[in-house]
Amino acid sequence: MRHGKYPLIVTFLVPPVLLYVVFVVSPYLQAFQISTTDWLGYSAEADSVGLANFRALWRDDYVWNALKNNAILLALVPVLTILLGLFFATMLNMGGRRGRAGVTGVRGSALYRTVYFFPQVLSVVIIALLWKEVYHPNKGLLTSALHALGLGSPTWLGDPRTAFWCVLAVMVWSNVGFYVVLFGAAMSAVPKEIYEAVMLDGASRLTTLRRVTLPLLWDTVQVAWVYLAIFALDGFILVQLMTNGGPNFSTDVIGVRMYDTAFGSETKFGYASAIGVVMFFLTLSVAVLSLRLGRRDRIEYS
Amino acid sequence: MDRRDILRRTAAAGLLATPAAGLLAGCATGGGGDKNTGGTYQGTKSEQNPLGVKEDAPLDVVIFNGGFGEEYAKAHEAMYREKYPKAEVKHSATQEISKTLQPRFVDGTPPDVVNNSGAGQIDFNGLVSQNAVADLGDLLAAPSLDIPGKTVKDTLLPGAVEVGSYDGRFLVLNYTYTVYGIWHSTKLFAERGWQYAKTWDEHIALCKQIKAAGIAPWTYAGLHPRYMSWPLIATAIKFGGPSVATAIDNLEPNAWKSDAMKAAADAWHQIVKDRYILEGSPGLDHKQSQTAWCQGKAAFISCGSWLESEQKDVTPAGFDMTVQPTPSLGSGDKLPFEAIRGTAGEPFMVPAKAKNLAGGLEYFRVMLSKKGAQDFTRKVSSLTVVAGATEGIDLPYGLNTVIKALEASGSNGFNWVYNNYYRKLERNLVDAACGEFFSGRTGPAEFLDQCQKGADSIAQDSSVKKYKRTA
Repeated sequence: MRHGKYPLIVTFLVPPVLLYVVFVVSPYLQAFQISTTDWLGYSAEADSVGLANFRALWRDDYVWNALKNNAILLALVPVLTILLGLFFATMLNMGGRRGRAGVTGVRGSALYRTVYFFPQVLSVVIIALLWKEVYHPNKGLLTSALHALGLGSPTWLGDPRTAFWCVLAVMVWSNVGFYVVLFGAAMSAVPKEIYEAVMLDGASRLTTLRRVTLPLLWDTVQVAWVYLAIFALDGFILVQLMTNGGPNFSTDVIGVRMYDTAFGSETKFGYASAIGVVMFFLTLSVAVLSLRLGRRDRIEYS
Repeated sequence: MDRRDILRRTAAAGLLATPAAGLLAGCATGGGGDKNTGGTYQGTKSEQNPLGVKEDAPLDVVIFNGGFGEEYAKAHEAMYREKYPKAEVKHSATQEISKTLQPRFVDGTPPDVVNNSGAGQIDFNGLVSQNAVADLGDLLAAPSLDIPGKTVKDTLLPGAVEVGSYDGRFLVLNYTYTVYGIWHSTKLFAERGWQYAKTWDEHIALCKQIKAAGIAPWTYAGLHPRYMSWPLIATAIKFGGPSVATAIDNLEPNAWKSDAMKAAADAWHQIVKDRYILEGSPGLDHKQSQTAWCQGKAAFISCGSWLESEQKDVTPAGFDMTVQPTPSLGSGDKLPFEAIRGTAGEPFMVPAKAKNLAGGLEYFRVMLSKKGAQDFTRKVSSLTVVAGATEGIDLPYGLNTVIKALEASGSNGFNWVYNNYYRKLERNLVDAACGEFFSGRTGPAEFLDQCQKGADSIAQDSSVKKYKRTA
């Protein structure tokens, strides 16, 4: 079979690589070229302006504000999502301690698994609209619940002090389910004997998670980290639908800024491409950094 | 390379594909079409065919499928076909004008008629500065289709041509006539014995009375707070005269900090300070706030005259919405209480590179015929820019009050157009400032500062083309 290996590989690889080049690589390259022009998007003419767009970007307060918000998302969304994901996955897979011996999840873990995964089944657009209603300042679920308890409530998405955190909460909520499943799958690959030994030694759940599970799952956590970091640098759909960057730019993210510059309030496609190029390098650096810094010895189960 | 390594490299490679936003500029420039100057289809001009339409040339019409729907356009297209039975009319409707049409503009194959409206509207400043829009001068000079002895220009309401003009060229046909004012329910006011107040002090007193009755005097679209900039600027113009608006439109230094704007901002700050705004309004979008108003939770709302048809589904029977001008600040006002902002809205354009350019203009002539305008008013309960086209039509309650307000306003009517010249200034910058001001986080001085800062940033941006208007 050895001689037949390469035709097979080529047959399987060429179509996806071709698609990737045509629909991903080439637009990127074009974006680089467009970012050095003053193209306004509705004629075939554009003049080269060198790096003027990037110089303007450097002085653009709105871009910096959006980047600041992305930085906060980058710092918080991965950490919160991974912590919650690990916690839920642990409870579902080995949280049950009472009763019979052996490593099992808490009672009803199958149900919880479904519930946690639920947001993953919904389209992001639905999630955004759903939460917009939950955050309705007069008759939303959240406001009504607080009023029922006799508490006052803020106007959620209408207040720059709360809007950003409301969006951040939705980001975490909509992502956790997937990572519960991902970590759950990784945990089930860990030999049960290890956990039985841990239980015999009388370690608490927290110690088990910190000293045993986390090191064994490190590779998976790292991949999760990279994906979540990229999500945090984007966040476009949720923000655009829930707040469109408002109120007073408090929830603005770099993706919304780019979209608004090209398709929203202006037609500066050259400038928007420059924002896109900056985004590209930011995303790339974050991904490379997190893969480098997170490098550890790999564990092989025999 | 073991399995995990492969997995990890795949993940790393996948990164490059993930930020989908990078695809934004997927359609590069260079897409030809430069030589195409539009108007490929030419017919012979005659008395019957003043625009020179080629009778079998296809016509491509793209409609914004928003509050007005698309049925009215289908009727206009049928009228066009009646006149040119050999022409094939291609109709399409979308809510995303810019995203749908941008590649076609770049490619040099735009449609013949575009209803450039809605949230996905293409910024006219960009279009005009790229010469992407055809001059409609020939249309104005052509005779009206069914109003004998008049040119199309003669049939239009005053101000309709000015609003669509950039540097003196008429480029955009704004088809509807919209009145911006303060709305209330006649039924609610009659039941409670309230009277709409003509001066600001009386307005505040009325607000106090309304609040005491357990109803919020005001609500607004907190997520699109620019709706509240309309009555505020209107108050300033009535106080200081139309030059207040001209200064803002022309981006004059400190136009937003004129005495009139200061007086208006101070006045409007009162309803924020005294908590005359429905609790939670800053978190409502336009539909949610308008619905709260229709449900009687608030007495006043600021909106344009599309409100009645937009709220058709949720307005209770006998609600009887009425539009009124903003209250006068005092006896020193330059314009009387009756003065109201009326302007042509709902923009239509013919792209400069349209293949059937003459057909596009002819389609506008159909829209601006008495028959076309009356059909529109009947179908969507809105006025058109065609003068006197409402004769003999049974109009809904709210639209009747709009007509009455316009008549009372007469030659005192005013308007501003900075939102057409510089979409970003109203949509983003003034919008954000209004959000802070009407939720009480900033005071009048900070509000005007923020607006002025926005206007200055547009004025200093050399990549934005500037337009001026006189009076």
